[in-house]
Amino acid sequence: MATARDPGHQGLPRLLAGLEPGGAAMTLARHQAIHGPLPRVPAHQLIEEVERSGLRGRGGADFPTARKLRAVAGRRRVGAVVVNGSETEPASAKDRLLLARLPHLVLDGAVLAAEAVGASRVIVKVGEEAHDAVQALEGAVAVREDGRVRIGIVMGPEGYVTGEESAVVHYLNAGVAKPVFVPPRPFERGVGGRPSLIQNPETLAQLALVARFGSAWYRELGTVADPGSALVTITGAVRAPGVYELAFGTTMSDLLAAAGGPAEPLQALLVGGYFGTWVEASQAVRLRLARQDLRSVGCSLGSGVLIALGESACGLHESARVVSYLAEQSAGQCGPCVYGLRAVADAVGALAGGVAHSTERDRVLRWCSEIRGRGACHHPDGAVRFVESTLRVFAGDVDSHRRGRCGARPAGLPLGGSAVRAPGAVLS
Amino acid sequence: MTATLRINAIACEAHGLCAELLPELIRLDDWGYPILDESEVPPDLIGLARRTVDACPTLAVLLDED
Repeated sequence: MATARDPGHQGLPRLLAGLEPGGAAMTLARHQAIHGPLPRVPAHQLIEEVERSGLRGRGGADFPTARKLRAVAGRRRVGAVVVNGSETEPASAKDRLLLARLPHLVLDGAVLAAEAVGASRVIVKVGEEAHDAVQALEGAVAVREDGRVRIGIVMGPEGYVTGEESAVVHYLNAGVAKPVFVPPRPFERGVGGRPSLIQNPETLAQLALVARFGSAWYRELGTVADPGSALVTITGAVRAPGVYELAFGTTMSDLLAAAGGPAEPLQALLVGGYFGTWVEASQAVRLRLARQDLRSVGCSLGSGVLIALGESACGLHESARVVSYLAEQSAGQCGPCVYGLRAVADAVGALAGGVAHSTERDRVLRWCSEIRGRGACHHPDGAVRFVESTLRVFAGDVDSHRRGRCGARPAGLPLGGSAVRAPGAVLS
Repeated sequence: MTATLRINAIACEAHGLCAELLPELIRLDDWGYPILDESEVPPDLIGLARRTVDACPTLAVLLDED
């Protein structure tokens, strides 16, 4: 394993090294000047190095990448490596940034992963609205001369659940961007019915650097339990919303500072995007970007989204909008999701509007616990986690709204194509 | 030997027969869809569980026996 280091690869940024302001995709020449050529690494060696690095998936599930690689590598007739660039979380912008501006880094990781698991091709799946990413990927594929693995680009429809792993495979196989009943999971039966590896672009970009510089280098940043760096999309009431690369172990307070600091006093942070959890600001700012810290308050980093809610906004109103959006985004396949989330969304709307019966909060909490775990995918689980944290953190607002008091301004949390999604708005 | 019940939530159309046949393990939510409070099937209920699997009009109840 190459462990040669140069001064350019110490500290931060790693993934975002050499990223220039403006919207252009990094050329192959510049990419190689910064990171060096794409190495050849024997399959077992790459997987072992990824295991030692402690790299975990950055699409939201936080699954150890080496285990995922092994689950596919051990099988016969492996199909494809799919770069899941759907990024359907409305507030997230990191994957699109990587695909649109640093396509070679992601493709390097995909090629290395394909070689490690014995896949003959790479498929990059991106949302059809992500024109800049598609253009950058097409340009990048055209100039890559390694010819080691075939690379295809597939555009898919928008929608929150279309990025779910089984929905991506279903779309590639049958043109239907909806989750399917699992198991079998994609590593057992994926693209074309063959074992397939589905990975988030950031995970693959990190893998491309681990393959070049080794696990010891990767672990120079972060903590023992949470090594390395992560891309975090920081938005809401901060002065400079955007995508930032930070080391694990960084406090939320420092994350906010990286995004220019709070634009006003904060009341809460939404950690992990719309499948994430609200945490009161005073508690949240002390948390470190580390699994143990986040778990202690019932959250996870998810796909790396941090949304700051200012004191002038109403958390209950904003959350009601988000829950309604999540209910609309159901694939419409499973009863508990279709009817359950709609009912929950209406009830949270009634609580925010101050027109709910005093027992409505308890009924919503019962629905949440009943809905959990009963969809084919985890869409309803994420939605009810969000709702439960809403009712916990904004419990006082539920009471004051019943008495008809709320003087808040709309904060306009991003739903669907948002300002944060414009990759020009970025960066550190 | 363990036997585990699963519901294919995509296939399920809320006919509700499962909760009629196996109320010990299955109840219905406010919209008529089944809730499995306990997925492991005790030995004395395995016969009923198999009948429930057969009775579901959309084949949405699955029993994994191994």
